[in-house]
Amino acid sequence: MNLRLTFSLAMASLWHRRNVLALVTLTLMLSITLLLGIQYLRTEVKQSFTSTISDTDLIVGARSGQLNLLMYTVFHIGNATNNIRWRTYQDLKDDSRIGWMVPISLGDSYRGHRVVGTSEQFPEFFRYGQGQAPELSTGAWFSDIFEVVLGSEVARTHRHATGDRITLSHGGGRTSFSNHDDLPFTVSGVLAPTGTPVDQAVYVSLEGLEAIHIGWESGVAIPGRTVSAEQARKRDLTPAAITAVLMGMDRQIQTFQVQREINQYSGEPLSAILPGVALSELWRLMGQFEKALLGITVFVVITSLIGLAAVLLTLQVQRRQEVAILRAAGASPLLIAMLYVIECVILSLVACGLALFVGAAAIAGLSPWLLDTWGVQITLRPLNSTEWLVIAAVPVAALLVSLIPALRAWQGSRKQGLSHANPQ
Amino acid sequence: MTSMTDSSADGSPLARKTLETGNLTFHWDKQQAPLAYPDIDLPVGEHLFLQGPSGSGKSTLMSLIGGLILPSAGTLRVLDADLSTLSGGQRDRFRAEHMGVIFQQFNLVPYLNPLDNVLLPCRLSPKRRSRAQPSPEEQAKSLLNALGIADEHWRRPVTRLSVGQQQRVAAARALIGTPELILADEPTSALDTDNRDRFIELLLQLAAKQQSSVVFVSHDQSLAGRFDHRIALEATR
Repeated sequence: MNLRLTFSLAMASLWHRRNVLALVTLTLMLSITLLLGIQYLRTEVKQSFTSTISDTDLIVGARSGQLNLLMYTVFHIGNATNNIRWRTYQDLKDDSRIGWMVPISLGDSYRGHRVVGTSEQFPEFFRYGQGQAPELSTGAWFSDIFEVVLGSEVARTHRHATGDRITLSHGGGRTSFSNHDDLPFTVSGVLAPTGTPVDQAVYVSLEGLEAIHIGWESGVAIPGRTVSAEQARKRDLTPAAITAVLMGMDRQIQTFQVQREINQYSGEPLSAILPGVALSELWRLMGQFEKALLGITVFVVITSLIGLAAVLLTLQVQRRQEVAILRAAGASPLLIAMLYVIECVILSLVACGLALFVGAAAIAGLSPWLLDTWGVQITLRPLNSTEWLVIAAVPVAALLVSLIPALRAWQGSRKQGLSHANPQ
Repeated sequence: MTSMTDSSADGSPLARKTLETGNLTFHWDKQQAPLAYPDIDLPVGEHLFLQGPSGSGKSTLMSLIGGLILPSAGTLRVLDADLSTLSGGQRDRFRAEHMGVIFQQFNLVPYLNPLDNVLLPCRLSPKRRSRAQPSPEEQAKSLLNALGIADEHWRRPVTRLSVGQQQRVAAARALIGTPELILADEPTSALDTDNRDRFIELLLQLAAKQQSSVVFVSHDQSLAGRFDHRIALEATR
């Protein structure tokens, strides 16, 4: 069999039928884009997810499960079971093995965004991604107790700029009836987008949080016991308790030792977790969902491949004449069958090429929007080996699918007589 | 390739007969009465006119000679080769090397231009290619010229050609590479009288020039006068 001839005939035949085949190729291209896109996003989202926090060796909070502690400290989802006493924090501070600590105090909100009370250690030690520090796009970190720094998403949604005055609400939730409106805060800075929950958070000083809660000990403001800003400044604003502590070790090898000691701390029940371990456990839970999604897309690709085979089968009727001519000129049934195989594989390769192009263009075009609107950081990168394997599987599957029309053509042309009007 | 299938073009022994059959029968399925054919004896370079009503098995005989199907009984020798002893692949190659075929209509591969359609046998068979002198392209062009296809049509889509032009392109394809046998299955039935006469004239003239035999099937008795041999098939029903 003459492969070069078969190949050139297949190319000419595809070009001849380009109008019909363009549609099936488009379908196939879209489904491959979907498959590849989901596989790509899986990796990217996992990357983005696991890089929500980095360089932090331990997260310490009140005694609870590691997922719960991770969720409320890092992702700002759910609530703390209990607080840590300020004395405990001071105690831990004295431990020479601990290099740094970032206190975190949760509980209030600003229009549905979590308010994170922290100290000047936060910008110094908190890291995400590959050790990146949260950077300010405008303004400066808070230096006054009534100053606030907004995550990029918070500022974008509510169109805030530095200098704006905002009122925090007591407790979580989008609409709160108890607002700290007697003590408004001034926006001192806005953070650059990070693609992490930091974008959704509002950062204030621990002292600021303490100040707005004077007179709120019972959960609501008691008239006459609240204070003005000037009065608050004169008070001792050392908090009685905080929610959690992020910490880094001087020598990482001591992490487990410190973790064990914190978990057995005699002053109060505490939990210390390794963020990396907790993140991968969380991802294992969520991974089931994205696996199901990937499975569905595989079926979408298979469906479009079957559609391609169906179109090739339909076209077969129109091609009797052409097959008869080729056979009369001495082409073997194998050559006729190979025409179908080659055409199908070429179509799938074209679809794969287009899918790569469209996918890359979509990611390049949408990634700024995704980061802005959804806080998901997707970057364009070369495909990894799994993704190449996924895309290579498509022509192989097309080859298998093409065997259906190919076998039919092979059988048919063996039985067919010289003329295209089959005497049977 | 067996030696007896070789032809004079490359110095092998000359075939004595283009076509030789004896008690040839064929049936498509067991229920039907077999088609029985009169014995044929066609010397090299001579032409045969096969006439018969529809259903008399003309096209089936062409398929048998072309080696696409095998006889149920009897002998069939084409260019001294017994086709029933050859495998399917060997018969395909034999057909590519020694035969040109013209159908009633729709003779051209729709996605190849007229020139590429003519060159198709040369691409399928190295032997046909080597016999197309001085080169396949040159011979294709001179055949197209001889058959009255102007060179502005050579690279146009075949669908733009008239039926008469299409049949003449098909004749050029059958003639390229000087095959010993040309099978023409009612090639003129879609043509008007003028076109038909001109077509047969050109076909026989060009075939004679390169010593090819033509087996011409038609139900049109008026064409029979131009052929050396005539066989009439009878309806089986």
